[in-house]
Parts: sequence; structure tokens; C-alpha cells
Amino acid sequence: MTTDPIWFTPPPRSPRVPEAPPERPRERVALTVDGEPVEVAKGATLLDACRAAGREIPTLCYLETLTPVNACRICVVEVEGARVLAPACSRRAEPGMVVASESERVRTARKVVLELLASAVDLSTAPGLAELMARYGARPERFGAAAATVAQPAKVDNELYLRDYGKCVLCYKCVEACGTDAQNTFAIAVAGRGFDAGISTEHDVPLPDSACVYCGNCIAVCPTGALMAKPEHDLRAAGRWDESRQTRTDTICAFCGVGCAITLHVQDDRIVKATSPFENPTTRGNLCVKGRFGFEFVHGRG
Amino acid sequence: MFGAGGGTSSYQEIEETDCVLLWGSNARETHPIFFHHLLQGVRRGARLFAIDPRRSSSARWAEIWAGLDVGSDVALSNTMAREILAAGLEHREFVEHATSGFEEYRAHVESWTLERGERETGVPAAVIREIAHAFARAERAMICWTLGITEHHNAVDNVLALINLALLTGHVGRYGSGLNPLRGQNNVQGGGDMGALPDRLPGFQHVENAPLREKFERAWGVAVPPRKGWHLTEMFEAMERGELRALYVIGENPMRSEADQHRTRRLLEGLDCLVVQDIFLTATAEVADVVLPAAAGWCESEGTVTSSERRVQRVRRALPPPPGARDDLEILFDLARRLGRDWGEADPERVWNEVRTLSPVHAGMSYARLEAEGGLRWPCYDEQHPGELFLHSRFWERPVVGPRAPFQCLEHSPPVDRLDEEFPLRLTTGRRLEEYNTGVQTGVYRSPVRRGETLDLSPEDALRLGVAEGERVRIRSRRGEVVAPVHVDESLRPGLTFMTFHFPEQVATNVLTIDAHDPKSGTAEFKATAIRVDRLEAS
Repeated sequence: MTTDPIWFTPPPRSPRVPEAPPERPRERVALTVDGEPVEVAKGATLLDACRAAGREIPTLCYLETLTPVNACRICVVEVEGARVLAPACSRRAEPGMVVASESERVRTARKVVLELLASAVDLSTAPGLAELMARYGARPERFGAAAATVAQPAKVDNELYLRDYGKCVLCYKCVEACGTDAQNTFAIAVAGRGFDAGISTEHDVPLPDSACVYCGNCIAVCPTGALMAKPEHDLRAAGRWDESRQTRTDTICAFCGVGCAITLHVQDDRIVKATSPFENPTTRGNLCVKGRFGFEFVHGRG
Repeated sequence: MFGAGGGTSSYQEIEETDCVLLWGSNARETHPIFFHHLLQGVRRGARLFAIDPRRSSSARWAEIWAGLDVGSDVALSNTMAREILAAGLEHREFVEHATSGFEEYRAHVESWTLERGERETGVPAAVIREIAHAFARAERAMICWTLGITEHHNAVDNVLALINLALLTGHVGRYGSGLNPLRGQNNVQGGGDMGALPDRLPGFQHVENAPLREKFERAWGVAVPPRKGWHLTEMFEAMERGELRALYVIGENPMRSEADQHRTRRLLEGLDCLVVQDIFLTATAEVADVVLPAAAGWCESEGTVTSSERRVQRVRRALPPPPGARDDLEILFDLARRLGRDWGEADPERVWNEVRTLSPVHAGMSYARLEAEGGLRWPCYDEQHPGELFLHSRFWERPVVGPRAPFQCLEHSPPVDRLDEEFPLRLTTGRRLEEYNTGVQTGVYRSPVRRGETLDLSPEDALRLGVAEGERVRIRSRRGEVVAPVHVDESLRPGLTFMTFHFPEQVATNVLTIDAHDPKSGTAEFKATAIRVDRLEAS
């Protein structure tokens, strides 16, 4: 092999930089958001258009890496001439649309959605929800103490993560991440209807009896902390979880050659959580069981 | 391949290809996030064909699973090539312009009819034909492989066999077409790129190529040995001969990971001096004369690693190492100082910048760019160069730039450890999703799916042997024996068995494996051991 000239000398530089075939130029769509003209590529959503216009649209069930499921209705906007409010995350922008991103009707809808969620669901570990409630003046207490809730004991059936469905807003993100959008394991789905709907394994079996492979990609997308890795849960339960004392360092996972970006959350010189950035082109926020949970060996030495 | 040892494609391309041959790889479990990209490709319509003795969890996603006999990869490649030629599906223009040795190759594979291929590989002729046609007809097609190709006594031939198919069909050097080995550790690629090979200096520059070597000698101010060194297996042979008396092992656990473990132990214990630098007191460290506790490279030190798509990325220190453990770089610099060489400050960026001055394919990758751009793929020749999305586009220039890619005439060579009446079962080894190598890093976390080591048997063999799930059996090879519980696995065909080497303290699988190895790469034939299985009370 080594005497073969093609192996003996590094290959010559390609005269042209290899590139992906050019994308077909996409038509532009012109519309107005809050009276401001905006242009987006054909196929873009109203969320894209609103963001392009500098508007901040709240989302719960939406994530760039997942297919929109229109579950939460927090992102609704008003489209002139339309009978009902449109979910910005999935409604495509059309030429000439006149969109109001923060009209009274929109604000009322978001307020009621938040109130319904907060009256029924424990949102205590949902980052950003308190700010959102304040922004829209949501008062869940107005439904009274007798309002129905989804309160239920947390499911603790394995050593890696737990499922506290009293905190679940049924955004479907975990189902999407477990399904076709990322992991393709299909361990969970929505079971039941109406108020009794919930995320469930097949026949509601414990995780170890399900198809779950413990990648934790559901935990990564959960917006409320209903799904939580055990170390974080235990530290919170002990009152020792303190994000103000945590550092986040981006590095590369050591368990295979794919090169997954991994963010290590470190508190008091211990890794307390591993995540991956959603914008990373290799992982899109996903990891496998080793990357997400396998870091404990670091602390088993010395 | 073709002088640059790395996968030719990027991950984004596998989402936009039309056909994938996943050959000797269970990427679903061993490279899960790569498999996400692969599945995106499948969902967009790519045809996936799994070529693997086991109907693995990856193969379950394939349109067709070709369950070839262990070690018949060259035979399958030759047969596919012959069928592609017989059907006139070769990429004539690419073959004419960019390759050499085609006529000899055509003549060489001529006898590999579908019937002969079926006989030698165990794959039905119609299946070989279907896969060959799909691969050749696809607008874009890729071959991805892992150790099912390389852990054989003819590892290099197996890789060349895959290259032959890509050359024949023009599936290399274009967007969405390529040849991609999936790397097993986070810096297997980078280690090779940096010259941690017996014949290479950083950037695939051959140590026996005088002008290239002299460049390094000038930069380092020392003479570089002008002959290539030993690869791992040759090192053990040199120990056997008494020529290699001292060994410095960094981050490797040969006592557990090498084939034929009894021999490994004897050779390591017989050394004059064994130094082990590791993050754990491994089984190898336990027999060392000197142990140097090291920081964990991926989270306790600064540097770079290189992924299977050639992307150089930064690793960063997230926390301090335990007391007494030190950064690899600091240890090496200190050692140099004790040996009379002052290399200055052990600063990873300084070292990297030296790499950039000596390895042209890394020249453009400053730390600042690696930070800002989330890593860069080599080759990246200067600070303006974006890094190459895919390799070898030069083959599509007219006339071709640089040397042509040679076809190789390859002989089918079955596994060294032959099956016979005494050892009638084929044992192949590999990884499982939740575990990693010899288990020193993954044995700690509490995986709900961990079930320890098992001997995985086909339902037919379990029935024939009269053994039940969980029953402990004696497994013997020509080199040793172990006891392990049985797990009945429907993904195995009769005659094929499977074990991992994740739980060496429970079951020392590598007592069984053969150290027959590839003379070119030094890789041992972990994938093909002849064994017999006996019930405990019967033996």
C-alpha cells in the first residue's frame, strides 16, 4: 500500500471548492406584519415573517427542529379576513396577508391559553412561563380552587429520568422527538382524549418495559420540566439545584466518532446535566443515552 | 482513501442521497446521531440496504437486509461489480477519466457470477443483483461502514473492495455520493490525521517521503526516523521477539481490548518497562511500572478532536481534573523536559498552530475560526478556505487533477479461524447502544437497558443445543474458554453468535478471539472466531 504513489503523497488540492448543488431560488412572499411590510421566502411561516419583522412571538410547542403540531395555540396571530386566529408556527405566509401579531384578540387568546394551562398544570419548573403570564396578565386563579388539574404522582421507574405528568402541557414535543423528527423510536404517544389525554408508553407500561432507549431527546425538548434527568431532579428535591452557580461549557462527546456537540452544565465541579445546542448541525440538540447520561464516570476517579 | 484517510462525505449529504449501503455497521446503536441523519435521508426517499451478518437494529430500517456470511465481503463486492458490468451499469465516463486498472479489474471479477457470489456469501443471487443495480443506478449513492469491514484479517482488502464499487459507479467525489467509515471514538479520525499511525506524519504526510519528512525535521530540529514504525499488532510481535522492551500506553486498555488475552497479558507482563497514562486505573495500568493519572480529554482539558465527517472541533475544560491527575499535554511536555528538551509552555493552541504550519490540510483552521464556525472540515488550506464539504471532487475535473484512482483486484479470503466439527459456530463481536468499549467509562452510569454480557444465539441454535434464555454455557475457542449466560436473539442466523467486550470483568470475551490480523493495517480479526458452545452440566 505505502509504495503506491496515490497513498505516498497527499492528494492534490481540488481546483474548485466542493459545494452543494445550488438551491433553486425560492419565490419571495410579501405581506405586512403590524402594518410593516415584510418579505419572506415562499414556504416560510407567519412565525418566520413575524420574527423577520422583529416581533417576539411566544411559543410552547414549537421548536425549529420539530414539525409543528399546533397543540398549544400560544403563538396565534390575527390574519385580516380570517375567521379564526392562525397558529403562526405552522401557517404559511401568503402574498398580501395582513397580520396582527399582538392585537387585542391575540392577547386575549394567549392570556386564556396561559390561564387554562396554569390552572390545570404545575408550571413551577417551566422556564419563562412566569414572565409570559405577567406579559399577558394571565390570572389562572380566577377559575377558583376547584378547577380541575392534571396533578398526579411523578412516574419514577428508572435511574436516568423521571416523568412528572402533573407538569405536562401536552405540547407533543416529546412525542415528535421520540418519533419521526429525531429518534424514530416511537416509545411514547398521546393516549386518551380531552382532559384525560396524556403522554403514554404502549399500554402505559413502565419505561424499562417500553421501547425507550433512554436517549433523553424528549427531556431536551420538554418546555416545562415534566421530563427531567434524575441528577437534576434529585438536586432540586434537595434544594441544591442552583443555576446561578452553574457554568455551561461546550465540548465534544467522547463516546463515538460522530462528534456530537455537548454542553456540560457544571455545579460545584460536578457535571449535573448534559445537553446539546439545538442549532448544532450535527446533533440538532439530540444525543444518545451515552452522551446524555454517561458522564458519571468522570466523577468516579481520584 | 486516495491518500487522505477520511470519510469523503459530510453528514448533511446523507440526508440528500438516493441510496445507502450500510456495510458492516450497526450505526443505529454505535453511531446513533449519525443514524438520525441517515433516517432523514430514508424519509426523503433514499433506499437503504444493510449488509451485515446480523439483522441488527440498523438493518431493520433497510429495504433489504443482505445477511452475508462473516468475512465474505470481498466476494460480495466482486459479485456486485461483476453484475454491474454484466448489466452495463458502470459509470463509463468516470471509469475512463478518473481511474486506472479497469481492464484488469473487469477480467478479475468476471468469474464472480451471481451464482458463485451466492455460494461464497450466503446472500441470495436475486438480492445481490437488486442491491448492485440499485447502487449503480442511483443518481447519488453512499457506502458507510464500521468495524464489520475493518476488524478482519483482510481489513484493507475489504475497504478496497468498497472503494472499487464506488469507482465503478462514479459514486465518489460528488455531492451525496461517497465512501464513509464511521469512527468509533471521538478522535480516531483526528489521531490518524495528526500522524498517530506508524507511517504518517501530521496531515497524511508519509514518513518515508523524504521532502515531506525533511520539512518536519527542519521545524523540529531533530532527525525523524526515515522508516515507518510498527502498528499495534507488529508491536506485540516485536514484544514476542524481545525487540520491544518498553511501552508507553496512553488512553488504551490493551489488556482488555486486544484479541487473544492470555498472550497479551504474558507479553505486557514480560516488558522491562510499562508506562500507562490513563484517566482510570485500568487492567493495563494495574500491571504497569509507572502510572500517570491523566485528565479526561473531552471535559477536563482544552484541544481539538476530529469527527467522522472530518470536522475539527474544540473540546473544552468544563471542570478541573481530580487531584493528582494532569492534562496529557502537560505530562508529555514535562516528560520532554526530563529527557532534556524544553518545549516551552504546554499550551494547546500553540501546539495546534504548529500543526497548521506543517499540515497543509489544517492550515486554515485557527482557534478563532474553529470557535466562530463551530468547527471546520479538512482540507482547509488557508484562512479564507471554507473547508471541503466532500473530498475528491478533483476526480470529476477534465482532465483529472492528480493521480487517477486505482481499481484493486482482490481475492476472497475467508476468516482465518476456520469452522469445523469441533468449533462449528461463528462468533462475531461488537458494541451495544448503551455501552462503550471495555466498559471503564460506561460501567458507571445506571443504564436501565444494561443486561451484562451474554452469548447471543439464534433461536435455531439455542433449540439445537437445548439451552434456555439465561442459562450459563461454556464457550470455547481454539485459544481459551469463558462462561456466559445465553440470550436468544432473532437477529442472528443459525450458526452465527454474538458477544460484546463491554464487561471484561464478567466475561473476558477476548480470551476467545483470534489475533490473526491484517498485515497492512494491523487490525485483528475480532469479527470472526470459531467457537463451540456446551451446556455446563454436559461438559
